[in-house]
Amino acid sequence: MSTLKLVKTSMLYVMAAIIALFAGYPFLYMISTSFKSMNEFFTNPFSALPDSFTLEQYASVFDMGLSSYFLNSIVITVLAVALVVIIAALASYPLSRLKFRLNKSIFTLFIIGMMVPIHATLIPIFVMTNDLGLYDKLLALLGPYVAFALPISVFIFTQFMSEIPAELEEAAKVDGAGHWKIFSKVIFPNVKPAISTVVIYNFIHIWNEFIFALILIQSPEKMTLPIGLQKFYGEFSVNVPGLMAALVLASLPVILTFVIAQEKIVKGLMGGSVKG
Amino acid sequence: MKAAAEVNSMNLLDINTVKRKEKSKQKLVILSFMFMALFVYTLFILYPIISTFIYSFYDWNGIETNRAFVGFANYSELFSDPTFWQSLTNNFYLVGVSVFVQIPLGLMMALVLNSNIKGQKLLNVIFFLPYLMSTVAVGLLWVFMFDPTNGPINKTLNSFGIESVTWLAGSPSALIAILIVMAWQFAPFYMILFKAALVGIPEELYEAAGMDGANDIQKFFYVTLPSLIPILISSSVLAIVGSLKTFDLFYVMSGSGAGTSTAILGTFMYEETFVNFRMGYGSTIAAMMFIIALICVVIIQVIDSIQKRKRGLS
Repeated sequence: MSTLKLVKTSMLYVMAAIIALFAGYPFLYMISTSFKSMNEFFTNPFSALPDSFTLEQYASVFDMGLSSYFLNSIVITVLAVALVVIIAALASYPLSRLKFRLNKSIFTLFIIGMMVPIHATLIPIFVMTNDLGLYDKLLALLGPYVAFALPISVFIFTQFMSEIPAELEEAAKVDGAGHWKIFSKVIFPNVKPAISTVVIYNFIHIWNEFIFALILIQSPEKMTLPIGLQKFYGEFSVNVPGLMAALVLASLPVILTFVIAQEKIVKGLMGGSVKG
Repeated sequence: MKAAAEVNSMNLLDINTVKRKEKSKQKLVILSFMFMALFVYTLFILYPIISTFIYSFYDWNGIETNRAFVGFANYSELFSDPTFWQSLTNNFYLVGVSVFVQIPLGLMMALVLNSNIKGQKLLNVIFFLPYLMSTVAVGLLWVFMFDPTNGPINKTLNSFGIESVTWLAGSPSALIAILIVMAWQFAPFYMILFKAALVGIPEELYEAAGMDGANDIQKFFYVTLPSLIPILISSSVLAIVGSLKTFDLFYVMSGSGAGTSTAILGTFMYEETFVNFRMGYGSTIAAMMFIIALICVVIIQVIDSIQKRKRGLS
């Protein structure tokens, strides 16, 4: 190995190490703190490995109501994601496989939705939610979550659906299948990769959603995780290890999903990036 | 001849009515497939945007039913409101950090992962982790990272003999701190984009450059960078739209004494609307945000069509 190459390689490793430290250290800090007792945190806040490894923080976090935030987040996320998949897949079928005059305009209308700043819809949605008597109900989040997930989902589905070879559809048509049958028997089963991409992408975003939950939910027992964490912080800001345990638990589902389904997430991001 | 033409035209008529019938049936099918999506989209995105513009002409606290029409009064107040200009400026800083910190950092991450470095898989996960945490969790975690007495950042500074900084309570240190966190959280997003783009650069280009005697640095500037220009441009414009969507991080990390120095359009709009209950004024801010986003969309479209035309010519 020439010296020049050696210098280059070591520079590469130094750079990788610096970035890894920057990206990874806060996680290390969060995780190791979450296993410390309050005492140990104050005497020894920076040790990477706690002297006495304790799970008391995790237990106390559940005592303080984290489980209800978790449950609410799971309920609203599952509902919203399931609805998005169905609604977006249905809408994408004509957009990707049928010819009609407004096709392009409607597709563009959906895609432009990705650019809409959420704030431009907040006040009317707040007013509407009040008028419908849905204020401070978990269900109030469903409409906004589904609506803001539609653009990217329609985009992903139409891309995948337009790639299905026409022969598959022709065979079903010869057998006399109508559009509904073609959709449910041919198109939908053939876009499984798109379904998982849409599910995972929206799962992450809805799981972490903050502002709609902030303005539409008020009582603690209706709160989702992000709002609950914020409330936690207000009440227990002294108990740093406890808060860190809550943060670890709240982040775990998404991080596990990423480790299991890396490629799907990346695909979703790529789809989203075409717009932003 | 004539008879044949008549038969033909009759057939045509027939075919036309059949076609028309089929067409209206087709329309119904299309509508039934898209109805739900259009309904939800209209109810929760299109209608609210229009309402926001309507509300922006009213003075209204959101609680009482009567609201007073005030014309452009909210707009003229907005343009003379120092917090608006402060927020707008901060949004520009946000865009600046995206373009000059996050994007280069993301590119660096992608280059590291694209090299033949050992432990790529692990590095990939570590680099990407920050993007997966919820923004609220990120904000809270970093509040403690920046903690004046017990935070690791100040402790590190102390060990170099630098005095502790009350990061989140000062100006401009609070803004700087939040922008650092933003770079931490979003650089991985750009990393993903660049990783995909790097894979897409044809190997022959590097081989050709190698044959011309280019070294690695020259290869980067003459092959890699030019190939990434389209994605660099679109990421930069998208950073503007992204800055308009930013809220969570600033909401969580502000509010401990830095005043309006950390206000951005998103938090400014939230404060006026849901803290001060000025729904009309809040709508005006929201309307401005929409207009800025709209301008960005137009810019992206123009860039896109220019690029397409270029590609068409060459």
